[in-house]
Amino acid sequence: MAHSADADFKTRLQAWIPKLVLSPSVAMMLVFVYGFILFSVYLSFTDSRLLPSYGWVGFENYSKLWRLSHWEISLKNMGIFAALYISICTAIGLGLAIFLDQKIRGEGLLRPIYLYPMALSFIVTGTAWKWFLDPGIGLENVMHTWGWESFRFNWIKDRDFAIYTVVIAAVWQTSGFVMAMFLAGLRGIDNEILKAAQMDGASNWNLYRRIIIPQLRPAFLSAFVILSHLAIKTFDLVIALTGGGPGRATELPATFMYSYTFSRNQMGIGAASATIMLMTIAAIMIPYLYSELREKR
Amino acid sequence: MRAILKTKAAVVGALMASTTMASAGDVEVLHWWTSGGEAAALNVLKQDLEGQGIGWTDMPVAGGGGEQAMTVLRARVTAGNAPTAVQGLGFDILDWGNQGALADLNEVAAKEGWDEVVPDALKAFAKVDGKWVSAPVNVHSTNWVWANKAVLDANGIGVPTNWEEFTAALDTLKAAGITPIAHGGQAWQEATVFDAIAMSVLGPDGYKAAFIDLDEGTLGSDAMKEAFDRMAVIRANVDDNFSGRDWNLATAMVINGEAGFQMMGDWAKGEFLNAGKVPGEDFLCFRFPGTTEQVTFNADQFMMFDQGGSVSTEQAALASAILSPSFQSAFNVVKGSVPARTDVSDADFDACGKQGMKDLAAAAASGNLFGSMAHGHAAPASVKNAIYDVVTAHFNGEYDSQTAVEELVDAVSIAK
Amino acid sequence: MSVASQDTAIRTGRVTRKLIYLVLVLFALFYMLPLYVMLVNSVKPLSEITGGGMMNLPQAFTLEPWAKAWSSAQIGVEPTGLAPYFWNSIKMVVPAVAVSTVLGALNGYVLTKWRFKYDTILFGLMLFACFIPFQIVLIPMARMLGLMGLAGTTWGLALVHVVYGIGFTTLYFRNYYAVFPTELIRAAQIDGAGFFQIFWRILLPSSGPIAVVSVIWQFTNIWNDFLFGASFAGADSQPMTVALNNLVQASHGVKEYNVHFAGAILAAMPTLLVYIVAGRYFVRGLMAGSVKG
Repeated sequence: MAHSADADFKTRLQAWIPKLVLSPSVAMMLVFVYGFILFSVYLSFTDSRLLPSYGWVGFENYSKLWRLSHWEISLKNMGIFAALYISICTAIGLGLAIFLDQKIRGEGLLRPIYLYPMALSFIVTGTAWKWFLDPGIGLENVMHTWGWESFRFNWIKDRDFAIYTVVIAAVWQTSGFVMAMFLAGLRGIDNEILKAAQMDGASNWNLYRRIIIPQLRPAFLSAFVILSHLAIKTFDLVIALTGGGPGRATELPATFMYSYTFSRNQMGIGAASATIMLMTIAAIMIPYLYSELREKR
Repeated sequence: MRAILKTKAAVVGALMASTTMASAGDVEVLHWWTSGGEAAALNVLKQDLEGQGIGWTDMPVAGGGGEQAMTVLRARVTAGNAPTAVQGLGFDILDWGNQGALADLNEVAAKEGWDEVVPDALKAFAKVDGKWVSAPVNVHSTNWVWANKAVLDANGIGVPTNWEEFTAALDTLKAAGITPIAHGGQAWQEATVFDAIAMSVLGPDGYKAAFIDLDEGTLGSDAMKEAFDRMAVIRANVDDNFSGRDWNLATAMVINGEAGFQMMGDWAKGEFLNAGKVPGEDFLCFRFPGTTEQVTFNADQFMMFDQGGSVSTEQAALASAILSPSFQSAFNVVKGSVPARTDVSDADFDACGKQGMKDLAAAAASGNLFGSMAHGHAAPASVKNAIYDVVTAHFNGEYDSQTAVEELVDAVSIAK
Repeated sequence: MSVASQDTAIRTGRVTRKLIYLVLVLFALFYMLPLYVMLVNSVKPLSEITGGGMMNLPQAFTLEPWAKAWSSAQIGVEPTGLAPYFWNSIKMVVPAVAVSTVLGALNGYVLTKWRFKYDTILFGLMLFACFIPFQIVLIPMARMLGLMGLAGTTWGLALVHVVYGIGFTTLYFRNYYAVFPTELIRAAQIDGAGFFQIFWRILLPSSGPIAVVSVIWQFTNIWNDFLFGASFAGADSQPMTVALNNLVQASHGVKEYNVHFAGAILAAMPTLLVYIVAGRYFVRGLMAGSVKG
């Protein structure tokens, strides 16, 4: 009798262990992520300036936010930046992965070269990038000294083009990482199917278009999630490269939020912009997560 | 009793000084002075304190002219872990004072007579509700023009005294193939130029009405439009490559004779001196044309954070060391600024420094000493940055002058 | 589970192959460019740099900037160089990476092999947590650290990194364990093995590749972090990135670009090493895990 009660306790304990193991992570997540998000949403309805304060002002911060041309610019830049960054990174990543998958000699050397930018922060590479893009000392100057006098590359100084230099540096940092994800996907594809299709006389182009690329769907989705998350968080890069300039031509929502919360002592408006950012992320991510996680069941 | 306590504290401090950990006998100082010259100047203070047996725990956070340090400060105060002393500027000090986060230094101030030797315009940023909360280190004045004397002489240009002479000089330089104005395209640098221009166009009363009282009529006035028009003239006289350039690289252009003028605060002098140039011989410094009488200033201070009620011995010692005439002189000779005390001897200062001290005293006496908008000494951070937005958008061609004036009124009203 | 191999069935012609090599090499040059600029300019005397020629090889090779960046550059009031901060970073990174990886592995194990009601929702919440912009957590996090008495300590900083890293590590391990045959687990259960025994004996031995991915990811992110390091570290625990920032951002005086570049490379050295040494396992780990998500 006592023995079976003991066994019973043991099974019940076994049933509880998984949840116990998970609980610290869940607790941390609830407090430090969702708790803080709620706090930040709450702040967006208050008159907080230098530090959080709790005077309720309703939607005033939101109406102020939408009157700011600064915010409009950063949203527009986000659109341009995210669209270009995600599509170019995906294209380069996929292209390099396909090329690297052709039994390339020296793959072992090339792969770390493509990957290493992901290891560096822009605090480290910011100055080098700034130099490279600066017409006075960078690429333009080098081309001039090499004899190509008419070469022009002054995007970073041009209000209408500066955002594209941010895209270039961002693509530099992550496209190699995306390459690795696609390469992993390619290496997982069953060669038998390809061989069968080859027997039927399919060209390489058709092999990729019809068979291989459709099979990379999971890799595309992972790449999309990682890239969109990096795009939304892009901050260091802008600070290191342009500081938001020329003028405010390269402001992004993350720099906007930081600047209003911390440099301008308008924490309420900063929190309102953070809330809108989070809502946007949720609008993109929740359908994705839903479809992905439901499939598994 | 007091003396006994003090010696006791000094003994304890001496014991503590041998350990590197921050402890009761130490001061922890958050600042952004990390470049060689500045750090050397600050080291004077550190050694002074160590001589009294007080350890110095250094907490440097550079970046964005103190913005990064202010973010860190926010986190530290929220965590209930405020540093002993924090480098601070203008309205940031008042904001923290109004939060009740700063210590009351009145006892030290009264004992050492700070009220008599610090100018009123500066006291406005060091005292909250009649209490001293912060120890001023220096006064920078921001409406200076720096010029390469050889370039000016070669083109027959004298020191311009009004806007017309100044634009004529710019035209001459341009015709001679020299970049007339060295400028760094960062919001605060554009605002620094705008500050001086607005002072010359609006006059001291208009400047005060616009940037200190934030009067909508003045902000939206025709005179303000004229100020923006003059900014456009400046824009037409900088090189194509100005965007994002650091101020010291712009100064280097003047030093090397690539450019004629730079409008920048007195910290630019250090760059000239580092390059082995002699004031009056190799380079000239003069007030922006039309603002000869006025001085717009910003002042570095050390805010003293409340450490639980009373001012600690170490905090008092630090504050009193900062205000001591010897430190004020030693530090400011290095930094290019002038002492926050008006009674410090100018013996160790060079020509520009002596001039700066005289100008400051005269402006303080005649009511012509104003906090600089561009450097957070006229309006709170939110308003300052809102003005930055408009000025820099206009300078980079996003707005014409009329739109800029309208946007200025709007932006200030949102930020207020 | 297949092994990462170069064995593709695609055949290509000679001209195509030449073109492919050309493209690959051109991209390699593009990726190397910033590192090249940094390296070349870190071994030039300052006069050579200010003289122009960003891409030129050094005429007078010198290692002095490296020595200076490491041991005598001005970071704060005292010219300590980056060396002391290097150890601060190590002390923070090692526990943070270890704890977040272990927790991620356990979470992944529970979420795939010990499923319960609503576990997918919990996982979804964890995943979404990866997207939180760090700027908004700064102030509430400071308050929490203060309440826990961890403000200004290495432990507090490590805790912050663990909290915001778990989402990623859980994602990696969950996707990896999802394709691990559940039958093996059931069989072990029937043999009487408990929760931790199964994890220890069956899953862990084959978790190498994904552990590498998780460690690389966490190590790089934490080592490179500036915002948390600057805000939550104390005077004696400031990490490398904060020191590097102090070195590079100094606004007055002559900018010693060669020292800045040397310092930047020094600060990046550990993450670079991790990528180069462990990089080959990286694709393998990604292949086995996250991509099949």
